[in-house]
Amino acid sequence: MTIDKSAPASGSIMVVGGGISGLTTALEAAEVGYEVLLIEKEPSLGGRVSQLKHYFPKLCPPTCGLEINYKRIKDNPKIKVMTMAEVEKVEGTPGDYTVDVKITPRYVNENCTVCGECAKVCESEISNEFNFGMNRRKAAYLPHNMAFPLRYVMAPSMSADDRAKCKEACKYDAVDFDMQPKNIVFKVGAIVWATGWQPYDAAKIDNLGFGRYQNIVTNMMIERLASKNGPTEGKIVRPSDDKAPSTIAFVQCAGSRDENHLPYCSYICCMASLKHATYIREQYPDAKIYIYYIDLRAPGRKYESFYSKLKQDPNVFFVKGKVAEVDEESGTGNIKLVAEDTISGEKVRQTVDMLVLATGMQPTLASDKPKADLKFNPDGFVINDFKKGGMFAAGCANKPADVVSSNQNATGMALKAIQTLVRR
Amino acid sequence: MNKKYCVYICTGCGIGDTLDIDALGEIPDDEGVNCKTHPFLCGSEGVAMIQKDVDDGKVNAMVIGACSKRANFNVFNFNGCIIERVNLREGVVWPHSREKYPALTEEQKDDSAYCDRIQLKAADYIKMGMIRVEKVSLPEPYKTESFSRKILVLGGGITGISAALDAAKAGFEVTIVEKQGQLGGYAAQMRSQMPVEAPYEQLIPKLVDEKITELGQYPNIEVKTSIEVARIAGQPGEFRVTFKKQGEKIPFDVPFPLPPEMLVDEKGKELDAEAQHAKYLEYNKGKEDILNFDPNAELYGAVILAAGWRPDNITGDAYAHLGVGLPDVITNDQFEKIAAKGKILRPSDGKEAKSVVFIQSPGKDEDDADFPYCGSVTSQVALKQAKYVRNDYQDGKAYIIYQHMRTPGLQENFYKSMQQDNGIFMSKGAVTSVTQSGSELVVEAKNTLLGKDMNIKADLVVLAAGMVPVTVDDPIINLAYRQGPGFRDNAIFGGYADSNYICFPYETQRTGVYAAGAIRRSMTIDESIEDASGAALKAIQCIESANRGVAVHPRSGDMTFPDFFFQRCTQCKRCTVECPFGALDDDAKGTPKANPTRCRRCGTCMGACPERIISFADYSIDSIGSQVKAIKVPSEDDYDEPPFRVLALVCENDAYPALDMVGMNRIDYSPDVRIIPVRCLGSVNTIWIKDALAQGMDGVILIGCKHGDNYQCHFMKGSELAEVRVKKIGDALASLALENERVRFEEIAIDEYDKLPGILSGFVEELEALGPNPFKGF
Repeated sequence: MTIDKSAPASGSIMVVGGGISGLTTALEAAEVGYEVLLIEKEPSLGGRVSQLKHYFPKLCPPTCGLEINYKRIKDNPKIKVMTMAEVEKVEGTPGDYTVDVKITPRYVNENCTVCGECAKVCESEISNEFNFGMNRRKAAYLPHNMAFPLRYVMAPSMSADDRAKCKEACKYDAVDFDMQPKNIVFKVGAIVWATGWQPYDAAKIDNLGFGRYQNIVTNMMIERLASKNGPTEGKIVRPSDDKAPSTIAFVQCAGSRDENHLPYCSYICCMASLKHATYIREQYPDAKIYIYYIDLRAPGRKYESFYSKLKQDPNVFFVKGKVAEVDEESGTGNIKLVAEDTISGEKVRQTVDMLVLATGMQPTLASDKPKADLKFNPDGFVINDFKKGGMFAAGCANKPADVVSSNQNATGMALKAIQTLVRR
Repeated sequence: MNKKYCVYICTGCGIGDTLDIDALGEIPDDEGVNCKTHPFLCGSEGVAMIQKDVDDGKVNAMVIGACSKRANFNVFNFNGCIIERVNLREGVVWPHSREKYPALTEEQKDDSAYCDRIQLKAADYIKMGMIRVEKVSLPEPYKTESFSRKILVLGGGITGISAALDAAKAGFEVTIVEKQGQLGGYAAQMRSQMPVEAPYEQLIPKLVDEKITELGQYPNIEVKTSIEVARIAGQPGEFRVTFKKQGEKIPFDVPFPLPPEMLVDEKGKELDAEAQHAKYLEYNKGKEDILNFDPNAELYGAVILAAGWRPDNITGDAYAHLGVGLPDVITNDQFEKIAAKGKILRPSDGKEAKSVVFIQSPGKDEDDADFPYCGSVTSQVALKQAKYVRNDYQDGKAYIIYQHMRTPGLQENFYKSMQQDNGIFMSKGAVTSVTQSGSELVVEAKNTLLGKDMNIKADLVVLAAGMVPVTVDDPIINLAYRQGPGFRDNAIFGGYADSNYICFPYETQRTGVYAAGAIRRSMTIDESIEDASGAALKAIQCIESANRGVAVHPRSGDMTFPDFFFQRCTQCKRCTVECPFGALDDDAKGTPKANPTRCRRCGTCMGACPERIISFADYSIDSIGSQVKAIKVPSEDDYDEPPFRVLALVCENDAYPALDMVGMNRIDYSPDVRIIPVRCLGSVNTIWIKDALAQGMDGVILIGCKHGDNYQCHFMKGSELAEVRVKKIGDALASLALENERVRFEEIAIDEYDKLPGILSGFVEELEALGPNPFKGF
């Protein structure tokens, strides 16, 4: 009987980013026995996937896996989670890093019981970025139902009046506007960057009219519109007049596979639009759905069968072609589009109630490079240097990927981090 | 453990405003148990109060009546104590308001015309919490008799080699077993390969050669070639592996379970355990039973399954239009072998193949799918092979006819780079025919990007055959498990040894065995190398967990494991058959042998056992059964119009959090429902349902995860088995003269919390229409 109780913890691992990839890396490493520090810049873990209604192709809610992951965190004293925290600077070498982490004040301390009395009295409102600004929320808010940690946040923009009211309403002395930003220095042996992605800014794709016309939305906005905890309580309606759309078109590769924007394929947008067609179909049995694409990338058995099921739907139309211009029909808010059907060579003119831009993913680090010895490709994805070791990118910080591949990758990066610690 | 009890009740977050706390306190009081209240129990003062009791040795078993166990997990955490969280907040006072259920006046409290349904719910929950603390104990970790930290890698291709290197670099001993005479697999038989790193533009030399060389630097990696695994017996931490020479037949070859038709007699009646065993021995003549351990077996802690793929055979009528059978119509695999040997020459006459057509999709225009098992790999292979043609012949021409060019992610760069070569012509199109014309082939395609039909003269036509996972042909893993040698339910995944989970891609129904590479999805070399790292991590993690005596995913860290009271076992085999993870092996008589490190602690065995002899330290038939019995069923002796009483057994993974959301959103539902969270619906033993009804409860509802091919159940089969059991309970109800409608099964996803109030209240209303349970008051 050989029981080796001494977990092989010869150092600790920092994971930057608490989305699905970061959670995976953190948990997989901690469950081997390593100390893990998970750093998240938002007030709650969960990242991009927490904004999704369903995952393709199973059409299951991401919160299901997040809940299990949160339970794993709760049961594992080896993981420490810090939210509203950002890495400012990394110095040192593999096995011996000094990390400077900036903590933004939450103005709510650990006394918070989520009773919600603060939100009741607070009158200030802020744009709800969780819903891409499609609605507003109280400046005293819980990020969402499944937030982790389960704790309120006070927006810095809250009025002095409301600050006083919130403080007064809290029976547990949890509201504290004296909190100051602070920096904490950590020593860790390895760092995994799981900083994820941002939806490509659709306003940059000038010919597709996002921001000019109200009824042009992005694919991520569709997720929020379809989600029960979204701005419309799950009803997919067009922004201009809350009308139920009867014709919806999707523009695939909106920004992706385009030298002027993102030269690469964003991996998920074809499957995401197919999934969005299922959301629409569930609510509108007769709505006509047009998908304009270059190539439909639904590779692999599971994705292929998802796609072929959708092809059975007589009101889903696939058009190989790129949407070239859009315009708004005066008076109706409808969107007029012009596309070229690349098979027939003909110009297609179509008027739809709503247009969805299947925008791609841009690595978060592309616009926000940390002070750390990382190598980037021209698009801002981190190039992993396994020979050097020490720091690695996981998930979409490394490359465009779907959730399942990100989780595979994130699991593997946990091992790469461990190897760095073992090697010392 | 000499238990010292205390009940702590928090009066914050509306609990004290809604409930009569003094009355709640009388419940422990009546049992001689101390009760303390605090207005802010999760605050530092409240926690210090509890901690002091613990430190003073006054309390080691406590009920905390406050918020959901999902909240404040790190606050109510007292070492060495049994803790039961009673959900008075999300479960009682948040969903049920005093506006809707007004508090009773002192006079009304003594009047049988009135009843306080919220207070009754809270009182029941306190009682249920108290009995649970009494019935459970703290777990002790399970320790295996022997233990190995070695990792076995099945398959010596690119994935297996990468996994071995990754595990070795983390300090683990590894054995690679490869049935061929040399390492490398398909990755070694190529001319060159697709790029694996930025800028993802050019073909690169075969990476596998470098990796094989690297293996030599690791003395902790052992390589066995021309060797196969005859069987893997035992459990994680102590897998007993029998190796054999490739193709050999030996007594320790894995036996197969009897096919279903052999488990019954001529009349279709199920044979008893001993008769089945006799047939099984006959069926597996010459092979040792799974419980006879090979004395020469080698011990391993975990297994990585990286046995890879084989090229698909393109045959049959569906492909007749593609000229299958013509000597110069070949598959991409055959093409690669030709290319690896030297210049590309066509098979029929050895002529230089300067015009080559690559066909990606066989479906004419009726179907735009690629060949089966393609994924995105074959699109990329076609690009690579087109480049070979161009590299070999300056005047060479390659045509790729596709329906969708699949180069996802950064592989798009490779596609773009190939587009720069004007000798590589690519178009969407539907190939309608391939015919021989003299010494040439003619490929016809329609609906192309040229706007007209294409007619290409070619020396060679290459069909993009897919990568068939070897698990389609053979179980490969050869587990000496009673449930059989392979991964279960591979059919759902088209024969791949894949996981059903998006969030947990390495989780399968066989603990300690982690698949990687093309055996679970068609993958490029790049993807396979990456996948291998993940599988290696999971193997290491499984070893560490088994060593600590704790469960792996999804109940990671759980120290409990099933305990059997064998004296009462009737050898019915239900537990062995129903365990989603094949953790149990029964012997010749049908007595189960537990393999605790295979176990994922879902409790499906506990739910299955008709004799109720299986339990966990903190979760048992008795602990839940006693909670059910602690629920007070009001009768006409108590109230003029006694409220109905309904038991809800709820999956703690999805449905219970959803119920918390109901509470957080202050949505009301019938307060007459009593909720008990369970590890998985699979762990629900029908005795709880029968007991609930026998004590006069009006109905029982089970709420768990969605099942079917896209199951969301974290234990694969739990909710599905529960539904089957519920359907079978009808006879038992009939014997009690109760209606089937009194037992309900519902599936719910975690985000469907808004449906729960309707489901619960609707069920109560239906029961009210049905009338009270006639056993009430007996």
